[in-house]
Amino acid sequence: MAETAPASPRTRFAQNDDGVVVIIGSGAGGGTLAHELTRRGIRVVLFEAGKRLTLEDFSQVPGEAFAMLTWLDPRTQSGTWTVREDFPTLPSWTCKTVGGTTVHWTGACPRQQPWELRARTEYGDLPGTSLIDWPIAYEELEKYYDLAERRLVVTRRHGVPGLPASNKFKVMYAGAKALGYQRVHTGYMAINSQPADGRPPCLQMGFCVQGCKIGAKWSTLYTEIPRAEATGNLDLRAECMVTRIEHGPDGRVTGVVYRDPSGREQRQRARLVCVACNAVETARLLLLSESGKFPRGLANSSDQVGRNYCHHVGGFVWGCFDKPVHAWRGAVLAGVVEDETKNDPKRGFVGGYHLELAMLDLPSLPLAGLPYMWGRELAAVMEDYRNMSGMFICGEDLPRPDNRITLDPTVRDQYGLPVAHIHVDDHENDTAMRTHAQTQATRIFEAVGARRVVCSRATPATHNMCTARMSADPCDGVCNGWGQTHDVPNLFISDGSAFSTPGSANPTLTIVALALRQADYIERQMSARSI
Amino acid sequence: MQRESSAGRRDFLRTSGVLTGLLAAGSPLALFAPSRAWAVDLTTLTSAEGAILLAVCRTIAPHDGLEDAAYAVVVRAIDEQASRDESFAKLIREGLATLGRGFASADEPTRVEALKRIESSPFFQSVRVSTLQTLYTSPLAYAYFGYEGESFSKGGYLTRGFNDLRWLPEVPEEDSGPVPGA
Repeated sequence: MAETAPASPRTRFAQNDDGVVVIIGSGAGGGTLAHELTRRGIRVVLFEAGKRLTLEDFSQVPGEAFAMLTWLDPRTQSGTWTVREDFPTLPSWTCKTVGGTTVHWTGACPRQQPWELRARTEYGDLPGTSLIDWPIAYEELEKYYDLAERRLVVTRRHGVPGLPASNKFKVMYAGAKALGYQRVHTGYMAINSQPADGRPPCLQMGFCVQGCKIGAKWSTLYTEIPRAEATGNLDLRAECMVTRIEHGPDGRVTGVVYRDPSGREQRQRARLVCVACNAVETARLLLLSESGKFPRGLANSSDQVGRNYCHHVGGFVWGCFDKPVHAWRGAVLAGVVEDETKNDPKRGFVGGYHLELAMLDLPSLPLAGLPYMWGRELAAVMEDYRNMSGMFICGEDLPRPDNRITLDPTVRDQYGLPVAHIHVDDHENDTAMRTHAQTQATRIFEAVGARRVVCSRATPATHNMCTARMSADPCDGVCNGWGQTHDVPNLFISDGSAFSTPGSANPTLTIVALALRQADYIERQMSARSI
Repeated sequence: MQRESSAGRRDFLRTSGVLTGLLAAGSPLALFAPSRAWAVDLTTLTSAEGAILLAVCRTIAPHDGLEDAAYAVVVRAIDEQASRDESFAKLIREGLATLGRGFASADEPTRVEALKRIESSPFFQSVRVSTLQTLYTSPLAYAYFGYEGESFSKGGYLTRGFNDLRWLPEVPEEDSGPVPGA
């Protein structure tokens, strides 16, 4: 059983200790970075707005996990995307708990492909987009992908066996093969297919998104964070929400202002600050940290903070059959069709998409999977629950300057601070890709006898990216290829906000790879006294 | 003080209602019910309002094999929310009044037409979400739809059918992986 209890005695660093590294957010980026720095002897204060839970706390009772894990502070939204209509109060679905979204993620670990890091060059100057190339080449990232995959014990990589085929994967596989697809398998998954890393193999419970109660799925909650604590160099402050990053007269950051668990305002000094709050809150925190010196928000001389928000072309496709599938049994996302991840503009759009296995539990299906449906149409799909199988589309959306996170002018959170406002207008490329993906997924299901296929519209964004992006030119983005902000040398972006473009891969593995790479850089820079 | 509280009491008595029914013989719901007769007390809505609301819920998610008792659970949940939240209660009452008493006994096409006209209203959207949130969450619904639910206490589905589908070919080993312990 994976270990979630804090190492004792707990390490505490003084609030006026200006030698510590402050990391804000304990998910894939922040949690990994904390472990990497602390194991090198660097002292870290890790802030997390949410509570620290244990595996025992996780619940498979409908609704309980969602209430326990989800970031439910208000957010507002606008734009043409259908999420505004279908999920008015939940534009983005992320976590507020120690471990961040690595607690509720499904474990899918595809890599970005080499050409996806050259999106502007590959796709051209498309109207209505703000595409750039990544400032780093795939070859520079490759070594860190290897390290990340070994760290997360990703299946089908480095000799780790794949996960066994579930009922719903048999459906996907037979259909995809009938269509001639070649690269169809049970996925690159950070879910143990055998005992590894002190964690057990998957029991196929079917509750990945509710928090894995046995820890078979990698999460920083029970891997990176307790290991960082064991070094004696980590001071984890759960239920402490950072509300502002402060800087000195020279423009370098000096520390953070936060609310402690009782809601009292506190300060923590820092040698450097790494922001890893998930792309919506990372942008919000930088914007909230505006000052006389940085009137548009911290590290925002480019006016790019919050812009270029990407969230993937996503959505479910449900197939209903004459025979049982029992698709709720087994790992939620363990299956993928990779053939459409290519860039083939002949399909009518640039960029590619994954078709991934998916299923929702009975209570979640009508709410998240068929959110606008009612009447006989809804009832007919629900009556087929035993005989259903599902897929999730995960495709590259294109950055747009006005798809962005801003501070809401009127709505405030519990501390009186403006909440994040998310604006998204779909680009026609996104729409064309979605249609193509839905058509192909429908054909997959029909090839194995589906008598009804239902395509959902977009779901609340679980993959939030690019709102403080890396760029070679400081005018195009917020940070350099190491995640170091162009404006403030001791301020880093350490989550998916730093992606230059979203690619078609589920983002967690790339966030971990970038965090591992950033840790090397920070250590070198600190040793050289450059930061 | 006393006058206010007795006025509140009268108000409570005036507005509280009850929904009743009888489970069909052999109903799957009978497994969970102590007797075939059921009654759901309402604290805020009247019996007449409850009957209209039940018809709204059934029209939103019309499962012919699910009995009124399953929908009465949704009505009770909405009634409970209304008893805690005055503005919500007002929204529900006004929405039900707009539909009118005849709605409860109207045929399904008529009910669907009436709801389509108010599809984008906050009243309809609230009731739709409440219906979906409550209806499919009960043990009754699990039994009806065949959903097995929580699996941790039973050791997951690893040995309980996660890969028992036999109407399609097995996946070759190279695209799948070994079953632990098999």
